[in-house]
Amino acid sequence: MSTLAWLAVILITVTSVGLLLARDWRWLIIFLSAQYFGMLILTLLHWPLGMASVKVVAGWMSAAILGMTRSGLPREDKTEKQSGLPRGRMFRLFAAGIVVMVVATATPRVDAVMANAGFAVTSGGLLLVGMGLLHLGVTDHILRVTIGLMTVLAGFEVLYATVERSILVAALLALINLGLALAGSYLLIASNAQTEEPA
Amino acid sequence: MNAPTIWIIAPIFIAILLLPIRNQRVLSIVGGLVTILLATAAQFVPIEEAFRFGEFSIKIDSSLAVLGRILEIKPAEGSLLAIIYGATALWFFGAEASKTATRIVPYGLLITAFMVASIAVEPFLFAALFIELAVLLSVPLLTRINQPPGRGIVRFLIYQTLAMPFILFSGWLLAGVEASPGDIALAAQSASVLGLGFAFLLAVFPFYNWIPMLMEEAPPFIVGFLLWILPTVTIIFGAGFLDRYSWLRSSPQLVTALQYAGLLMIVTGGLWAATQRHLGRIMAYSSIAETGFSILALSLDPRLGIPILFLLLPARALGLAVWSLSLTVIKDQSETLRFGAVRGLLRSVPFASAGLVLASLSTSAFPLLAGFPARLALWENLSRVSLGAALWLGIGIIGLLTSSFRTMAVLSMAEEYTSWELGEDWLQGIMLGLGMIGIFVLGLFPQFVQYFLSNLPAMFEHLGR
Repeated sequence: MSTLAWLAVILITVTSVGLLLARDWRWLIIFLSAQYFGMLILTLLHWPLGMASVKVVAGWMSAAILGMTRSGLPREDKTEKQSGLPRGRMFRLFAAGIVVMVVATATPRVDAVMANAGFAVTSGGLLLVGMGLLHLGVTDHILRVTIGLMTVLAGFEVLYATVERSILVAALLALINLGLALAGSYLLIASNAQTEEPA
Repeated sequence: MNAPTIWIIAPIFIAILLLPIRNQRVLSIVGGLVTILLATAAQFVPIEEAFRFGEFSIKIDSSLAVLGRILEIKPAEGSLLAIIYGATALWFFGAEASKTATRIVPYGLLITAFMVASIAVEPFLFAALFIELAVLLSVPLLTRINQPPGRGIVRFLIYQTLAMPFILFSGWLLAGVEASPGDIALAAQSASVLGLGFAFLLAVFPFYNWIPMLMEEAPPFIVGFLLWILPTVTIIFGAGFLDRYSWLRSSPQLVTALQYAGLLMIVTGGLWAATQRHLGRIMAYSSIAETGFSILALSLDPRLGIPILFLLLPARALGLAVWSLSLTVIKDQSETLRFGAVRGLLRSVPFASAGLVLASLSTSAFPLLAGFPARLALWENLSRVSLGAALWLGIGIIGLLTSSFRTMAVLSMAEEYTSWELGEDWLQGIMLGLGMIGIFVLGLFPQFVQYFLSNLPAMFEHLGR
């Protein structure tokens, strides 16, 4: 199980960095879905399969909501290009590298606070939180902001699953993930009104 | 029959039923009557006590089990529910006048029900999850699907969502501190995480930049509703943390942190409000200062601070309702809410202009208005703790007063021979007139609300006793 957990951490690293670098929305949705699979593996270390699968199902449903909404919008989203925030891939890769280093440094200390969480779970959770926060810091595009928030929440859920096994919390967090995807989709459709208006 | 079904689940069902209705008047009246009914029931129907209703004997249980956890509305919380649903009724009755009933009534009722659920859920720190659900419901309330969203709503969503993990995580850390009270490092970590969570949730300096942005982008009446319900319930949730953890309650560092945070919000809110040239942004900064007053009340000795905290609630609700309705009426009359565009509007929308100035003065602690008694009590008690802090509070209030007088001056700067008109319709006039009377009544007879407030400290086990 430990090897599988570390494989999940590698998967999460690839998907979260991929989310930062990808420019095509299809890749964003694919990386997000794969990220929830990594999250499932890490959650399985502390939760039974039935409860852990709630997270991945809610995550995939959220990804599907965002994907379906984006697929109905114009092919090229001008709102992202209008942003003055940095979009260069090298810059983002460098920033992601710094996050990985910070996570590697912080994991032993945080793991000492998290009772019996395990290095893989702690580093996976922190990596998701860090990458999500980085994502929120470098974009104001609504699809990316929603994905950034979902990534932060996914990281938190991985860590929180080690200390809280309440069904109510699992259900509410799943509801919040779906709600976030719906709110993001709503704002995405609304922001598209701006690009259509001038025409 | 149980209390969570009446005050949480039933409103959620009613709100869902109201969603397809498009008639502003029907929504406003139905929503207003439902919330008034819920408020009246909360105040007068006893919980966990049998009472006779005609030939029937009824007993309302306080709790409801949901997925292994409990939603519990304690008998002492009845008055708080009465205030929350009563204040919501203010917005719902004013919804038709502001032409926002199709959005604010169904979504507002859902948000109110979730906020009540956040007060009722046990363990209490799960409240953060319900508050987050309410925040997500605010998104369709704040923006239309055919209108591009601004940056304010995106920041609102980010900041409020980031609060939830911090608060849930701090709850777990705090339990660890209880188990090993000697672990100073863990106590400091948990207090920091908790503080960060509440800083996001209550929009403490510097996390409040979304409020002025939102006031420029979204309908003022709707933002006013959110600026009432979200901080009010969050502050009570925060007081719950102090009540639950004795080491937190007795920590001198926490008292200092609350005092600094409250003063920072009052001073920056007041000074920023004084320098704004946009009526919406002035309301935004004043509401930030208003939250600062509540945080400052929490920093006082709980026997004094908690009653002051509850005394701030009705004035805040009434002030924001009148203020946001006035801004809505003024926004209908001018292109923007900038000073240049609203100059001299006192002569064309006198009720809205007067309501705006009165609500602003009430927030600024102007004597004989609704906000004055609570702020006077707060100032007096703060001066006994620290004269320096009282001085800073005075600076913040001067800033708020300056913004009120600037607003009054701009609204009354009409051309010399401009005739007086009544630009409001009859409903807007009546709602604003009643609101202004309410602001005077709460200021002149503050004991009037004591009927609702006197038992509220009993909802806490340790605070306010």
